[in-house]
Amino acid sequence: MQSLEGLDELYEQIVLDHYRNPRHSDLLTSPAVDIEVNNPFCGDEIRLQLKTGDDGRVSAVSVAGRGCAISQSSGSLLTELVHGKDAAGLHGTVTLVRRLMKGDPVSEAEMDALGDLSALSGVRKFPVRIKCALLAWSALEEAAEKLEQGAK
Amino acid sequence: MTHARSKYSRGTPSGGTLLDTARIRADFPILNRQVNGRTLIYLDNAATSQKPRHVIQSIVDYYERYNANVHRGVHTLSVEATDVYEEARRKVARFINAPSEKSVIWTRNTSEAINLIAYSWGDANVGEGDNIVTTAMEHHSDIVPWQQLARRKGAQVRYIPVGRQGALDMAVARNLIDRRTKLVAAMHASNVLGTINPVGELALIAHAVGALMLVDGAQSVPSMPVDVQALGCDFLAFSAHKMCGPTGIGVLYGREDVMERMQPWMFGGDMISEVTYEGAKWNDLPYKFEAGTPNIADAIATGAAVDYLDELGMGNVWAHEQALGAYALERFKELEEFHVMGPRDPGLRGGLVSFFHDTVHPHDLGQALDRMGIAIRTGHHCAMPLVRGHGIAAAARASFYIYNTEAEIDALIDGLKDAAGYFARK
Repeated sequence: MQSLEGLDELYEQIVLDHYRNPRHSDLLTSPAVDIEVNNPFCGDEIRLQLKTGDDGRVSAVSVAGRGCAISQSSGSLLTELVHGKDAAGLHGTVTLVRRLMKGDPVSEAEMDALGDLSALSGVRKFPVRIKCALLAWSALEEAAEKLEQGAK
Repeated sequence: MTHARSKYSRGTPSGGTLLDTARIRADFPILNRQVNGRTLIYLDNAATSQKPRHVIQSIVDYYERYNANVHRGVHTLSVEATDVYEEARRKVARFINAPSEKSVIWTRNTSEAINLIAYSWGDANVGEGDNIVTTAMEHHSDIVPWQQLARRKGAQVRYIPVGRQGALDMAVARNLIDRRTKLVAAMHASNVLGTINPVGELALIAHAVGALMLVDGAQSVPSMPVDVQALGCDFLAFSAHKMCGPTGIGVLYGREDVMERMQPWMFGGDMISEVTYEGAKWNDLPYKFEAGTPNIADAIATGAAVDYLDELGMGNVWAHEQALGAYALERFKELEEFHVMGPRDPGLRGGLVSFFHDTVHPHDLGQALDRMGIAIRTGHHCAMPLVRGHGIAAAARASFYIYNTEAEIDALIDGLKDAAGYFARK
């Protein structure tokens, strides 16, 4: 076995579990927003759909796509963090995830709020993969903007 | 096929003819680099090759000893710089057997060379209802310029399909190339499949209908003997950085009579013979296509790269790459869950292997190999339509060059086994 131990920081068990068994990946019928993003550098793809209730808060989410373990697990982890949030709440979460990836200080309370996604924090030690981790989140940011504009 | 023996080549017990890599590796300082605690194993040569000391030194020499602008003034440094710069152009011309150095244009890279043809020749010669025929395995740089030209002119781009074995479907090619075809543009060697395309045959088919033939030599000129007269092509485009040379410089070869009739596509200093306030007359070939102060240092270094490859002998380089490619194909057979793209017959391909795994994504494989100091390429390889046509979004690629060894391929195979095992266990 060659020196693969250093990889564990990037590929936490929970990350690979989300990659292999993506949560909430079934497409929604008549979503409020439906966004497709891709990383032209590597070809990874993410499709994100949201439904909102009368209060403007997220009531259903779907993330599907294809790509590496980091981009796809990040999309799956995202689906566990958006329920019940309005556009401002979504923006707040996107900002927090960006800070986590950039290596900015993140408080314990903020880390708790990110739940299992904190397992992706090892990505910041692999700068070229940060883009992979943020692909789904760029879709969520776009989705939040559309919700604000009162899409459909 | 026989090759002139260079002092750098030797026979091997495994049957192939390999270069004397121990000797060659000593010329490449970067190959001593440690990556993640391991000695670098560089298998991303189709993206860019490493540079021998001789080439690096030629850039230092120019800047330290005779840095001056070319084609200007009578002072000693300018004369020396001009001489070495123009000698580099002659070396490139001899390297591809161009009839004259006047048909060798310096560009920034292969992409710029192809764009030069698209604008300068294409805008004047392609009209509404005409077509340009290229291939389904092409690099984006030999697709997008033609799509844009077709859009400007109301013309059509046609793609020669790729068969199951990774070869062009030449029967379809004969039908696609018709009386309205103005240009056939094809890569000589595929950067994804490794396929060597019959560009000489395509040139014959193109010429039979009055079309011109452009060969994208980005992957072939660094690796095999390429003779523009034997191929019968009208244009050949390639980059220096994949053949031991520096980045930022490429070459367009064009048939002299064709380029004499072409208009410049960039205007400014050096490309004119006379300027008045009313207008200008164009300079002769090759300067008509080289506006402004050229990339002197990198042109000189390209000459040094050609010297280095000439010393090895391109026949020997090709034999080495084919031997490594064949060895890698053989070793990949023992890897379960890995699938190799392109021709099964090693005789039909060069020294690269693209592959994918049943479940582990190429990026994750590449990341694991990087931990072992092994550099491979992962992604769509600037050939999105081709890679997607295989039902995948990305592939991994190991590409070999003059300094790579069978032992490095063994390390790659071991590394892939370990990487697949790592992800399977977790």
